[in-house]
Amino acid sequence: MRVAWVVAIFLALVALLAAGLRLNPREVPSPLIGRPAPPFELPLLGAPDKSFSQKDMLGKVWMLNVWASWCAPCLVEHPVITQLSKAGPVVGLNYKDAREDALPWLKRNGDPFYASVYDGAGRIAIDYGVYGVPETYVIDRRGVIRYKHIGPLTRDIAQQEVEPLLKELSAGG
Amino acid sequence: MVRLALFFTCLLVTVSIPAKEAAPAADDPVLEKRVAGLASELRCLVCQNQTLADSNAPLAVDLRNQIREQLKGGASERDVIDFLVTRYGDFVLYRPPLKPTTLALWGGPFVFLALGLVLLFRRIASRRGAAPELSAAERERAAKLLE
Repeated sequence: MRVAWVVAIFLALVALLAAGLRLNPREVPSPLIGRPAPPFELPLLGAPDKSFSQKDMLGKVWMLNVWASWCAPCLVEHPVITQLSKAGPVVGLNYKDAREDALPWLKRNGDPFYASVYDGAGRIAIDYGVYGVPETYVIDRRGVIRYKHIGPLTRDIAQQEVEPLLKELSAGG
Repeated sequence: MVRLALFFTCLLVTVSIPAKEAAPAADDPVLEKRVAGLASELRCLVCQNQTLADSNAPLAVDLRNQIREQLKGGASERDVIDFLVTRYGDFVLYRPPLKPTTLALWGGPFVFLALGLVLLFRRIASRRGAAPELSAAERERAAKLLE
């Protein structure tokens, strides 16, 4: 009887720890989901004298992808972003980067972005709660953040989470 | 003997000299103290087991500058914490707030303490009840041994 108890407690502990190990501590639930996308007015990556604002995307279902040329996982997810850019406009937010590094990077790897904005100081990224590039947001027609992915997007995540959401948001009103 | 005493005295003296604090980067020590105070309460999201004060990750440096800027601009500690929580969530706080989702976190230890106490008292009670009385034969044997 006592042995049964000890074994039961042990197994319960194992189950608890196993569940804990499966959780990803990097996935911090964003408090921004369901809230309006923080406003920004940033210069374009390719044209510093022109600016772009999140307001320019009102009425569209769009994605915001935070990336940098120094970020290796960004290069890994780049084909996925390129694929996603066919399903809807992706705005690239170039994070704490140098223009002379970022522009050749886009030339080399392809530029899937509807527009590329430049956040050299990472100030706007703080408003978006970015703490590890790449990060990707889905924003609806009214400018509300509906989804956030931290870390590189994989094809599976894009197909199972992002694309259905884009479809749903585009269909509904 | 005297030498040994001297050696240990020296050892004590060296140990008790505190390490010098790093000189504050800015010229306002009061502000720096507030920044450091806040930063040591907040989690660096890049290296999650470090505070913003301890971490040298670029984001931690940015956020420390952000905290400094806001405090300089007249924001209170509460304002700065709210600023970070709206962006990064409660996860940035090393002292999580008491909310429905954190009830288990705050209440858990007390539940386990109560459970432990109940088990302890039950065990004590059962032991007391089961204290074996000596049978007549055992009494006789004990008496014989004591002779």
